[in-house]
Amino acid sequence: MIEPQPITTIDRSELPAKAASLASQGYRLVQICCTTGETALELTYSFDKQYAFSNLRVIVPRNDAVIPSITGSYLAAFTYENELQDLFGITVTDLAINYNGKFYTTAITTPFLQKRAK
Amino acid sequence: MGTRTIIPFGPQHPVLPEPIHLDLVLEDEKVVDALPSIGFIHRGLERLAEVKDYNELVYVAERICGICSFIHGQGYSQGVETLLNVDVPPRAKYLRTIWAELSRIHSHLLWLGLFADSFGFESLFMHCWRVREKIVDIIEETAGGRVIFGSCKVGGVRRDVSNDTLRRIKDELKAIEAQYNELTPTFINDSSVKRRTVGVGMLSKEQAMSLGAVGPTLRGSGVVWDARKIGYAVYNDLQWEPVVEKGGDCYARSTVRVREVTLSFDLVRQAIDKIPDGPVDVKITGNPTGEFFSRLEQPRGEVVYYLKGNGTKNLERFRIRTPTFANIAPLVIMLKGCELPDVPVIVLSIDPCISCTER
Amino acid sequence: MAHLTIGKIIARSALSKYATRLYPFVKRAPYANTRGHIVNDINACIFCSLCQKKCPTGAITVKKPEKIWEIDRMKCIQCGACVDACPKKCLSMDQQYSAPSPAKNIESFRQEAAPEQKQP
Repeated sequence: MIEPQPITTIDRSELPAKAASLASQGYRLVQICCTTGETALELTYSFDKQYAFSNLRVIVPRNDAVIPSITGSYLAAFTYENELQDLFGITVTDLAINYNGKFYTTAITTPFLQKRAK
Repeated sequence: MGTRTIIPFGPQHPVLPEPIHLDLVLEDEKVVDALPSIGFIHRGLERLAEVKDYNELVYVAERICGICSFIHGQGYSQGVETLLNVDVPPRAKYLRTIWAELSRIHSHLLWLGLFADSFGFESLFMHCWRVREKIVDIIEETAGGRVIFGSCKVGGVRRDVSNDTLRRIKDELKAIEAQYNELTPTFINDSSVKRRTVGVGMLSKEQAMSLGAVGPTLRGSGVVWDARKIGYAVYNDLQWEPVVEKGGDCYARSTVRVREVTLSFDLVRQAIDKIPDGPVDVKITGNPTGEFFSRLEQPRGEVVYYLKGNGTKNLERFRIRTPTFANIAPLVIMLKGCELPDVPVIVLSIDPCISCTER
Repeated sequence: MAHLTIGKIIARSALSKYATRLYPFVKRAPYANTRGHIVNDINACIFCSLCQKKCPTGAITVKKPEKIWEIDRMKCIQCGACVDACPKKCLSMDQQYSAPSPAKNIESFRQEAAPEQKQP
């Protein structure tokens, strides 16, 4: 009942090429997620084709949080990537529709990177 | 070339159930571009996973949104159960399916009423909500609350529903379905409704696939894709097919939801007929480890729960990708080229649930 | 193309009585399972504070030395976790909703000492 959910770890420079090849095979973008670790941020890109689910993982160090955009192949990624910029402080290069931090209106900048106030 | 004006739509608007902001760039009366921005109801719920243990987090997950509340709780519970490697008893799975489909019926009836209100048909709005009251009463009788069910937990469901109650609900649903069937001809055949919705907000099949649309937005453009076919809960034991329409406009999306209510009535009846006896929960020990993507079909589309456990009682990551978040990109494309009075109808046709979008 | 398909429903609702209740003159009886508010049988309570630990919002405060059990009605989300956790089963869920109020509503219950003496 539970379908296999393979996760392939790739380097951030391979990301646009991998996304383009998945798009040409007919996969649709499901979500882009970020998990904060102590020193690194772990990004997971999920794709789906007719109920077959597969994921790409990119690990980015916290002090060098820059990734290339996949809006070249998936225009819908602009909402997810703007959210990454606003909440996690990641810089996304070549973003098709870039809000420069104004997509998510929050009281504090990059709320997900802040330590919890006791 | 006409003069361009920028008109702000939202966050307060009579037609929006929740606040979203759109900057509409108009040339005379035609919308040329639309720029959405969100964040009015962002509560940072995902970070509550750091303080609440995995059993208590169900209460947070259920309260992300009022309309799609039960399926959030179900998705979270299913995800943690997979991380813990427990299997819930079959009676619990059937009860979850019954409640999920009742939740879908009440959500679609709410949307049908709001959709009628968006083009000014208030008496139809009130009649849809009158039928919805009866469904909400059934939910209160079985689960305890009208919109927040409070009945899903990690390991099963919190309360049982007796077989006599289920049989009585099946009879009540027959009468409710008859009342609902009196309203459907208006949504499907009435000329005034068709004038406002046919040809408005076109989304072709290729655009829907490449922009990552989900739910009725995707199925209204002719793509056969329903997350219930993955087979969680008991959907593989029931006989049903996804509801698909080919039009790609607001009329097609509305027809998909109208027919999905009829499908849900049928699924509830099938589930009540087949429900086995037995316990409704299992004891939970240990802490979740590993990661898992739990995918379910909410009334608005496919919801994805990404849960990552690291062996402690707090989850490391609790991430929800709600269907309305995925439908914002198709919305921007749909709005290009339409006229200003059509904007509320198009925005409502994706069924925006912004409190889900911005947890 | 059909016109005014809703005409039959409108004619029927115009000629029959209201579909709504005339609240507040007519109130609906709550269902047996309705989660209204939490009730504590204070004389059976042993002040173990398991309910305080299980409460997801922190609405319950238990003070064992003074034998006081307090609940903040505005923080309570009527989930029933305390009812499930109570070892003495003195907590129960009542069906009536708490009344709305413009200020915070903390209700405090104190267990009185038992009046009878032990029989020799």
